[in-house]
Amino acid sequence: MESIIFYLLAAIMVIFAIASVSSRKMLRSVVYLLFVLIGIAGIYFLADYNFLAAVQLTVYAGGVIVLIIFSVLLVHHIEMRLEVASRKKQLITGLLCMSGLAVFLSVIYSYSFEVTGTSVTTTTAQIGEKLLDYGPGGFILPFEVISVLLLASMIGAIIIAKGEKTTKKHPTPGVSHNVKMMKVEQEQELQINPILNEKTPVETE
Amino acid sequence: MIPGVSITEILTLTSILFFIGVYGFITRKNLISILISVELILNASVVNFVIINKYLFPDVLEGVIYSIFIIAVAAAETALAVAIIINLYRQTGSVEVKDTQVMKY
Repeated sequence: MESIIFYLLAAIMVIFAIASVSSRKMLRSVVYLLFVLIGIAGIYFLADYNFLAAVQLTVYAGGVIVLIIFSVLLVHHIEMRLEVASRKKQLITGLLCMSGLAVFLSVIYSYSFEVTGTSVTTTTAQIGEKLLDYGPGGFILPFEVISVLLLASMIGAIIIAKGEKTTKKHPTPGVSHNVKMMKVEQEQELQINPILNEKTPVETE
Repeated sequence: MIPGVSITEILTLTSILFFIGVYGFITRKNLISILISVELILNASVVNFVIINKYLFPDVLEGVIYSIFIIAVAAAETALAVAIIINLYRQTGSVEVKDTQVMKY
């Protein structure tokens, strides 16, 4: 039963992946990519990793695909057909990828994997405990680093996407403006400092 | 492990997906299409992590956690790439690779 579902998923994923990289309509290729991602979530479900499948569905099918569709709609005319590489380049690239795939497959099929027959179901609680574990082998530091990375990329994306427009509006008069602002800030600091000094003894108590 | 499916079959599937992604990465001329191909490549590698964890070391969780990190990094990378593409489109009016010479120097 599981093997039939796996072969079905594999066929769907390979067909839609090929369609996704060869379709000449932008929006269609994004939707084909969505089917591939959902197929990968199905493989996670088959392998009994429910949490990963949920993450795959929410982050990829829910977030990334919507982002890419947004960018396609902002950037493209839907009817526009993409230009593709020349036939010769396609052929050469296809041959190159085939040879690379042959190398991969020969390595995979010649290596003897020591598959353990046991099947362990991992719960979401185990994954959470491992992520927040600060003992040896715990993952709390990368977990925190990845949260900072996500914050930084969010701010960076906003700044890059806003871009240029705000800086081009006032090219040179910004300098005198900045000086004025600095003076105002200094005055405000002078006014705030005594208030802060008064407050500190109260807080230490 | 998935009953009735061996590890080599799944690794074959992921390597096929990986090389389809590489093919798209090289032949496509459009920034968004290249982004789609990168997503394919990343997903193939993430499935490799998970499946090797499941079949060879079922009692540890390192593969799952690394794949979660890869998914997070991929999401951040996509958001930044989309921001850059939109900004480029504002400046040059096109997202074809041959027209994007603004960031070259």
